[in-house]
Amino acid sequence: MPSSLGCRPRLTLCPQVHSLQELRRSASLATKVFVQRDYSDGTTCQFQTKFPPELESRIERQLFEETVKTLNDFYAEAEKIGGSSYLEGCLACATAYFIFLCMETHYEKVLKKISKYIQDQNEKIYAPRGLLLTDPLERGMRVVSFGQWDAWGMARVKGDWAWVLGNWAGTSHR
Amino acid sequence: MSVMVARKKVVRKWEKLPGRNTFCCDGRIMMARQKGIFYLTLFLILGTCTLFFAFECRYLAVQLSPAIPVFAAVLFLFAMATLLRTSFSDPGVIPRALPDEAAFIEMEIEATNGTVPQGQRPPPRIKNFQINNQIVKLKYCYTCKIFRPPRASHCSICDNCVERFDHHCPWVGNCVGKRNYRGLGLLSGCSQSLTVLTVLEVLICFFTLWSVVGLTGFHTFLVALNQTTNEDIKGSWTGKNRVQNPYSHGNIVKNCCEVLCGPLPPSVLDRRGILQQEESPAQEGSCPRGPGTQEPSATQGPGQAQEASGSGAGAELGPEVPPLELPCPPPAAVPSNPAPLFGPEWKVAVLMGSGAFCQGETPQLLLRTPQLGLFPAAIQGL
Repeated sequence: MPSSLGCRPRLTLCPQVHSLQELRRSASLATKVFVQRDYSDGTTCQFQTKFPPELESRIERQLFEETVKTLNDFYAEAEKIGGSSYLEGCLACATAYFIFLCMETHYEKVLKKISKYIQDQNEKIYAPRGLLLTDPLERGMRVVSFGQWDAWGMARVKGDWAWVLGNWAGTSHR
Repeated sequence: MSVMVARKKVVRKWEKLPGRNTFCCDGRIMMARQKGIFYLTLFLILGTCTLFFAFECRYLAVQLSPAIPVFAAVLFLFAMATLLRTSFSDPGVIPRALPDEAAFIEMEIEATNGTVPQGQRPPPRIKNFQINNQIVKLKYCYTCKIFRPPRASHCSICDNCVERFDHHCPWVGNCVGKRNYRGLGLLSGCSQSLTVLTVLEVLICFFTLWSVVGLTGFHTFLVALNQTTNEDIKGSWTGKNRVQNPYSHGNIVKNCCEVLCGPLPPSVLDRRGILQQEESPAQEGSCPRGPGTQEPSATQGPGQAQEASGSGAGAELGPEVPPLELPCPPPAAVPSNPAPLFGPEWKVAVLMGSGAFCQGETPQLLLRTPQLGLFPAAIQGL
């Protein structure tokens, strides 16, 4: 199918590339794989690094493990009990927690870093492989979910309408 | 292609949260349904302190020191702030599993258990983990459809699983869990100091002091051992054949530091996040709107193109292409941003008693006070 630049197509769809955040909400994910928490270290937030068999054909094991290990490191940093957390705790106590009206907690700052990291991973690694990594914060820190895009999702992730038409033409002959 | 610009009332996530909580100030405040005893607590504190400031304070300021009213005022405000913080904040509620996650867990359970013959009861849903050389069992919550994290428990009054569940405290009108336990500790200490100061209001203060000193002592004991009230009442770590507490660092100072000065986790409920609206099919022409901001009133409308996800803008096609008849997927909703996590949740109260009870999955009413039964168990129903 021609994919050359031309006039505006008469499609009933919005031919724009959507952010991964929006695509996720429009139910374009066919299946999801959930990586559960690893409680072997207590109640600290850690996720299992065991490679799920459902992702065997979608992504390299090493990339998956690296992502989960990095996430685990971030959460360990957020929950670290040390000098700065004591200071923050004492300050919060002394001000009856009013201090948090003016500043973010250390945990929140790290969560923002995690969010950026996940977005970055999605754009560079997971989206090209037809997967979407979801922030555990949206699932109450219980699981990391890896969603596999359906045909719609793939098309919009890639932003390539020619791909869509190619598939459409193919399916219409069946 | 028409674009609908509709000003709809924004639905926030707190409005659809399951569980038996009440929310105020558009989701900024979260409490249990029964608030009667909390109002009593407020009345007692405000009443006692008003009497103190009206009568004794003037006498003490003249006879002893003018610093006394200042100190009393600071203590009063501090106690109120901590009480309202404890009462109004999310105790650490674990959101329930969405259908896809619940189905995934069910699949895993079935795979583990295999086929159960007809008529036989399936095995209990338990996962074993080794924490600090102790075997800890994670129970499955049939209400929330999750395996509860260690130390979490389901409060049958609020109908939520709460992380590091301590107890449901009717005096503060909320559960006490991971996120507001230290608030309760501070409150307890403050109220103790306040009652010492207001000692001349003898009758109220006699009972208050007795109960609050007991409460403070009890919670100091728990903090030193890194235990929750729930675990203490259930005897999770005591007894000959029981496991030892795997969460204790073995050192009182370390335990206190972790519980009182550890990092403060944020709420994962996202109460003020904008809920995805169910749009009508006529809106297929509209493009999804831009990312949501922290402003409370967000409206639906045509948005701008989002940043490309790496592979560039959509390709344009030649004019000969017939219109596609693929169904238009539902428009994406606004991606929610976490609301400010620490809203104006403060006010002041002093914890008057130590009546508390822990609720597990089975609704057994357990009342325990350091004074061994001074306060009646007529808590439910208020």
